[in-house]
Amino acid sequence: MLEKMIFGRYIPGDSFIHRLDARAKLIFVFLFIAIVFIANSWITYGILFVFTFLIIRMSKIRLYFLINGLKPVVLLIIFTFLLHLIFTREGSVIFEWKFIKIYEEGLRQGIFISIRFFVLVILTSILTLTTTPISITDALEALLNPLKKWRLPVHELALMMSISLRFIPTLMDETDKIMKAQMARGSDMTSGSLKERMNAIVPLLIPLFVSAFKRAEDLATAMEVRGYKGGEGRTRYRKLEWATRDTVILLSLVVLAIILLYFRQ
Amino acid sequence: MKSEIISLQEVTFTYTEEDKNIRPALDNVSFTIHEGEWVAIVGHNGSGKSTLARLMNGLLFPQKGTVRIFGETLNEQNLWETRSQMGMVFQNPDNQFVGATVQDDVAFALENNGIPFEEMVERVQQSIEKVNMSNFVNSEPHHLSGGQKQRVAIAGAIALQPRILLLDEATSMLDPQGREEVLSIVRKLREETDLTVISITHDLEEALLADRIIMMNQGEKYAVGTPEEIFLRGQELVDLGLDLPFAMNVSRLLRDQGVELVAEHMSEEELVNDLWTSHFNK
Amino acid sequence: MDITLQQVSYAYAKNTPFEKRALFDVNLDIPSGSYQAIIGHTGSGKSTVLQHLNALLKPTEGSIKIGDVLVKADQKNKHLRKVRQKVGIVFQFPEHQLFDETVLKDIMFGPMNFGVPAEEAKSRAIELTRLLGLPEEVLEKSPFDLSGGQMRRVAIAGVLAMNPEVLVLDEPTAGLDPRGRKEIMDLFYRLHQEKGLTTVLVTHSMEDAARYADRIAIMHDGKCVLEGTPQEIFENEERLLDYRLELPQCVKFQKKVEQMMGKKLPTICLTEEKLAEELARLMKEEREV
Repeated sequence: MLEKMIFGRYIPGDSFIHRLDARAKLIFVFLFIAIVFIANSWITYGILFVFTFLIIRMSKIRLYFLINGLKPVVLLIIFTFLLHLIFTREGSVIFEWKFIKIYEEGLRQGIFISIRFFVLVILTSILTLTTTPISITDALEALLNPLKKWRLPVHELALMMSISLRFIPTLMDETDKIMKAQMARGSDMTSGSLKERMNAIVPLLIPLFVSAFKRAEDLATAMEVRGYKGGEGRTRYRKLEWATRDTVILLSLVVLAIILLYFRQ
Repeated sequence: MKSEIISLQEVTFTYTEEDKNIRPALDNVSFTIHEGEWVAIVGHNGSGKSTLARLMNGLLFPQKGTVRIFGETLNEQNLWETRSQMGMVFQNPDNQFVGATVQDDVAFALENNGIPFEEMVERVQQSIEKVNMSNFVNSEPHHLSGGQKQRVAIAGAIALQPRILLLDEATSMLDPQGREEVLSIVRKLREETDLTVISITHDLEEALLADRIIMMNQGEKYAVGTPEEIFLRGQELVDLGLDLPFAMNVSRLLRDQGVELVAEHMSEEELVNDLWTSHFNK
Repeated sequence: MDITLQQVSYAYAKNTPFEKRALFDVNLDIPSGSYQAIIGHTGSGKSTVLQHLNALLKPTEGSIKIGDVLVKADQKNKHLRKVRQKVGIVFQFPEHQLFDETVLKDIMFGPMNFGVPAEEAKSRAIELTRLLGLPEEVLEKSPFDLSGGQMRRVAIAGVLAMNPEVLVLDEPTAGLDPRGRKEIMDLFYRLHQEKGLTTVLVTHSMEDAARYADRIAIMHDGKCVLEGTPQEIFENEERLLDYRLELPQCVKFQKKVEQMMGKKLPTICLTEEKLAEELARLMKEEREV
C-alpha cells in the first residue's frame, strides 16, 4: 500500500506550471541554479524570494507538499546556517556569549545561503511536483538526443528509465507484501541489534531480487514478441509540444537575471 | 474448409539437451489450426502447452519437425513480420505492461513497427474502445485490476490488427471477475472480426468457448476434438488432472448413486431435462 | 483460540491527504476450531480484515481480540509478535516469500524466529514435507529449483511449521490447475479436522466456501454485510446479487431441479456429492409411491 509516498511526488493539477512543457521546466531549473548565484545583497535575495513565491502561487501546489519536500534538507540548511554564523568573522560583533562571537557578516551570509538553499529546493520540488516522472524522462531524452552522435545510447537509457519508473509503485507494493509475509513468519525488522535487523533484511531482499529478475525476463520476452528490436525505425507516441507559454517562462528567467544584475552590488 | 494458418509437423522440443534422461517438453506433436478458429490447448502444468506458445511465435525453435505460420516455416528471417501479425497475451498482467499509462502501453507494438503518429493515435483509441477501457486511457498500471491489465494487453495485441491472437494462460492469475471480463472481450472480438484465437489454458470455462480443443499430456498430443468430444471422455480427463463441466460431474455422481440417465450431459439444461423425462414425469 | 473483531474500522494513511477508509465497523466472531470463509470482491476489505487477524495491521478504531491478546490502535508492537506464531497466514502466491538456501532452512525460518530449537524445527520440517506430498530429496534443494506447485507447498510448510492454532488462507488456490486446487483444499480440510485447526479461508469461490466452511462472512465496501451458516447465506439469492455475488453452482442447479419438480429438497446441498445423494434418494421415494 502506498501509504505515505507518491513516487516522484507528482501531484496532478491544472495550473500554468503543470501545463508547461517538461523540457522548458528542466531548462528553467538548470538556468535558475546558475542565476541564483548572481544574488549577493538583501535586495537581490529579496527579489529571488519574491520570484520563487510567484512560481509557487502559479503552481497551485498545497503547502503540505512543499513542506514535505523541504523536510529532508531542513537539517542541512540549519547546519550550513550555523556554520556561517559561527565561522564568518567580518563586520561588527552583534552577539557575544562566553567564547562564542557572532559577527554581522556571519549572520548576513548565513541568511543568504539559507535563502539560496530554500529557493533551490523549492523550485526543484515544484519541478517534480508538477511534472510526471515520465515527462521528465521524455524531456531528458529529447534534450540529450544530440548526444547520440557521440554514441550515447539515449533511446535505450530513456526506455530503461521509463520502464523502471512504471515499475516503482508495483515494486513498492510487492515489497510491502513480502515484508508482511515475512513478518507473519516472525521476522522482525524493527527491533533487535543492528546485526539482527540486517539479517532480517535478507528474507525481504532475496525474494524481491528473484522476482525482479523474473519480471525482467518476462518483460524482455513480451517486448520481443511485441516487435521491439531496438531504437531503429521506432516512432514515438508520446509527444512533447512546445507552446508560447514555455518560451515565456524561459524569457522570464532572462528578465530575472537582468534585474538581479542591475541590483547586484 | 478454411485454410491452414498454423501447422506443427512432428515437432519435438527439449529444454535440456544435455540431459537425455529428462523427457522432451514436446514429443512428436502435430496439429493444424485453421483461419478463424478458436482453438484451446489444454493440459496439466508441465504438459507442454506453454512450450507450444513459444514455438508458435519464434521464441523457441524446435529441434525436430517444423512450425509453419501463414503457410511459411518460421525462421529468423520472417520472424518479425510474423510477430506483427500475431498478438500475444501472457500470464502475468504486470510483467507485460511496459507503458507508463494504458494508452502508452497499447501504443508500444505500434511504435516498434514504425507506424506513423496520426495512425497510431487512431489505432490506440480504437483498440482501447474495443476492450472497454476508454475511461482508463491515462491510468497507471498499479491502479488497475488484473482483469483490466489483461484487457489492456489484449488492446495492445490487437492494435496491429493481427490475424492471430494467442492467449498464453492469460486468465490463470485472474479472479473470477477478471476472467469473465477477458473472455467476454475475446468473444466479442471474434464476433466482430475473423480473428483466429489460440488459447492456452487449464480453465474449463475458457476451453468450452473454443471450437476445438487440443489436449496435451506429458509433452504429447493426447486428443483433439470439439469440446463435447473431449469432455465426453469423462474420467480420463479427471485422471489427467483436468476439470469436467459441472453438469457432467453431477451426471457421473448421479450414475454412481444408481440413477439412470440417457447420457452424461455437458449442459445443465440437458441434465435437468433428462431427469424430468426419465424420472419425474412418470 | 478464539478471534473476535469488535467494531473494527481501519483507515490507510491516516492523517495525511491520502487517508482512505478500508473497514467500517466490522464485527466478526471466529470461534476456536471453526472453519470460517470470508468472501468478497477485490476492494471489499477482505484483505484488510485478513491482515488484522495476526496484528499486521491494528484497527484505527475498535478492537480485535486474538486469543487472550487485545489489539487496539495504540498497542505497542512487542506484545503483538507472539500473536503471529499463533495465527499463521498463508498469503496469496506464497511461493513469493521463499528465500533461503535450502528448502529445509526456509521451512525452519518461521519456527526458529519464535524460539523453537533447531532440532525441533528440523523434525517439523521433515514431517511437513511428507504431509504435503513432497519427496524428501527436496529438503536439500534450493527452493528456486523447484516447480511452481512444489514451491507453494514449501511455503505452506513454512507457515505450518510454526504450529499455529489458527490458519488463515488467502486465495490458496490462485494460479493452480484443477488437480492442484483440489489437493490443496482437501489437505487444509484434513488439517482442520485432524488437528482441530481453526481455519479462515479468504476466497472468491462460493463453491469452496460451500464445501468446506461452517460459517461464511460476506464483505462488501469495507463492511461485513452478511454472516451465517452456508445454508443461511444461500437462502438469500437477491441479497447476494446486490453484492455482485452468485450462488454456488450446485445450489443454483438444485433450484433449477426444484423448479422443474415443483418441490424442494429437505436442505440446501452444499456439494455436488450431497446433491446427487439427495436427488437419488428423492427419486427412489418417487418410484416407491
